[in-house]
Amino acid sequence: MPLVLEKRAERSTRMALLSPVLAILLTVITGAIIFALRGIDPLHGLYVYFIEPLTQLWSLQQLIVKATPLVLIGVGLAVCYTANVWNIGAEGQLTAGAILGGMIPVLFPEWQSPLTLLAMLILGIAGGMAYAAIPAVLKTRFSANEILTSLMLVYVARLLLDWLVRGPWRDPQGFNFPKTITFSDWQLLPMLWGSVHAGALFAVLAAVILAFVMGRMLKGFEIRVSGSAPRAGRFAGFSRPRTVLFCFLLSGGLAGLAGITEVASVVGQLQPQISPDYGFAAIIVAFLGRLNPLGVLVAGLMLAVSYLGGEAAQVSLGLSDRIAKVFQGILLFFILGCDTLILYRFRWLKTQVSATAAQPAE
Amino acid sequence: MDASLAVLLTIVTAATPLLLAAIGELVVERSGVLNLGVEGMMVMGAVAGFGAAFLTGNPYVGVIAAIIAGMAMALLFGLLTLTLVSNQVATGLSLTLLGLGLSGLLGESFVGEPGARLPKYFGVDMLIPFSFILTAAVAYVLFRTKAGLIIRAVGDSHNSAHALGYRVIWVRYLCVLFGGGCAGLAGGYLSLVYTPQWVENMTAGRGWIALALVVFASWMPWRLVAGAYLFGAISILSFVGQTRAWDIPTQFMNSLPYLGTILALVVISANRRLTRMNAPASLGQAFVPDR
Repeated sequence: MPLVLEKRAERSTRMALLSPVLAILLTVITGAIIFALRGIDPLHGLYVYFIEPLTQLWSLQQLIVKATPLVLIGVGLAVCYTANVWNIGAEGQLTAGAILGGMIPVLFPEWQSPLTLLAMLILGIAGGMAYAAIPAVLKTRFSANEILTSLMLVYVARLLLDWLVRGPWRDPQGFNFPKTITFSDWQLLPMLWGSVHAGALFAVLAAVILAFVMGRMLKGFEIRVSGSAPRAGRFAGFSRPRTVLFCFLLSGGLAGLAGITEVASVVGQLQPQISPDYGFAAIIVAFLGRLNPLGVLVAGLMLAVSYLGGEAAQVSLGLSDRIAKVFQGILLFFILGCDTLILYRFRWLKTQVSATAAQPAE
Repeated sequence: MDASLAVLLTIVTAATPLLLAAIGELVVERSGVLNLGVEGMMVMGAVAGFGAAFLTGNPYVGVIAAIIAGMAMALLFGLLTLTLVSNQVATGLSLTLLGLGLSGLLGESFVGEPGARLPKYFGVDMLIPFSFILTAAVAYVLFRTKAGLIIRAVGDSHNSAHALGYRVIWVRYLCVLFGGGCAGLAGGYLSLVYTPQWVENMTAGRGWIALALVVFASWMPWRLVAGAYLFGAISILSFVGQTRAWDIPTQFMNSLPYLGTILALVVISANRRLTRMNAPASLGQAFVPDR
């Protein structure tokens, strides 16, 4: 093998920032190839998909609306993945938050006061936290793999929501559609700017607070050590089970908040489909944002472009909006591939001898 | 046909894709690689299998296409995790996300089309006995041949295997490709035998259940058969419930395989001795040879 990977002496900060840019560039190039294969002028396709959503006021508002749940979930997941805790069931925690928070308008439709919204938000967070506590406890108590358990719970939560809106919670005046009554007045989030609702504030707040916690507080240090050097963490007296539980409760609570803000704004009621897989796209957001809460804020907006672009491609290019999922998947692939360059560099090997001489034994 | 025999046959058809995908992943994990992309490889196998069979009218071409699609996805995973030493968990996840998205896009024109069903011989789908032959072959190769010893050595201590002169990366590439082929075949089984049509996300978490089965079987091939058939039985409970008109919501019955997976994982993982003894020691760790 003439081309080999060589470990860098230290982590390259420059590559850590350059890698997502490189990944986006590669994704755009791949996008151009896909458009060309579909018989669409690549430049026109790229313009419609990536640029046009940024040119109009209403689409900029939509961008923020779509980025809101992505950032809320993404910042929580970023903390999880920093700690090497693999919560991939955010979509289920989002659903659980929407169900528990949505319980109030469905069961007590008459209750209208500022407290209604507050109670809904608190229940939403509680729902997400409780649902995330399941894989966390199964992990700490029985060492069951949290990746598999948290993912399985996504299917269970979706089925539960499906049963509720088709059965006991269905709107009696809803012509048998699988939907609850529509939320009204104090059951909905206030609007800030056009279609942008107050959830956007929560997202920014969550990112700023978590950036402070992760960068400036002992808890953040504990989480980082627990992820990158678990042995050192144990010697320092950091409890691994407590970190696992903390990360799950944090990310679950934020996913639950994302769930209730979605149903109390964009969706406006409970129905079988409440999220276009925000919980999974947020995994990509977390990585694209370098697992840094402030980076996630930027990455959330970028992923929101992929959703909007998908819709635009459907309308003006006649493509399926499924292309958004393809772009998202490809993007994560490229990020992970480019991230190799943070810790390693490529080097040409001329002969075996020079290679041995070049690298002294560790 | 006797009713209980019919139920038994349904269990077998539900269990076979789980067994096929899980036996591949077992080999992958025995070589020390954790590929969480089984769901993505499986769904790509399903769409490629259906598409090839639909376009050529020949279901056997579909089977080949399913295997190739699974292997192509596995190759992508290998390039990232083995050559570029990326994080295996994250890469596996992205493989699943990409597979689900890409299959939805590719399969769009196939939705609602009639599928080509793989013909039966002697009243049996040939992939069912094949899944047993494959299990036997994997069990034999892993524990009775030198090749199996090398695979397990690579999975248990890649540094030692490398020091002994085995090409860790190549062994892992071959195992990952084998796993991809098996997952693709499992997907092809779904779209060519189980329900001969293309439905978006038709794997419905079966790839993830297959991953859990490998843990459930504590990395032993024959235990996979027991696990796959147990889950096959659980997953057809909702059909039985519908035909017998049980007064239980179908959503609850449909959630049983997922709840069962969680329960099975908890029971097996709580038994530290069982998991410690058989889990490949280098599982999920990246390997960069020092020269």
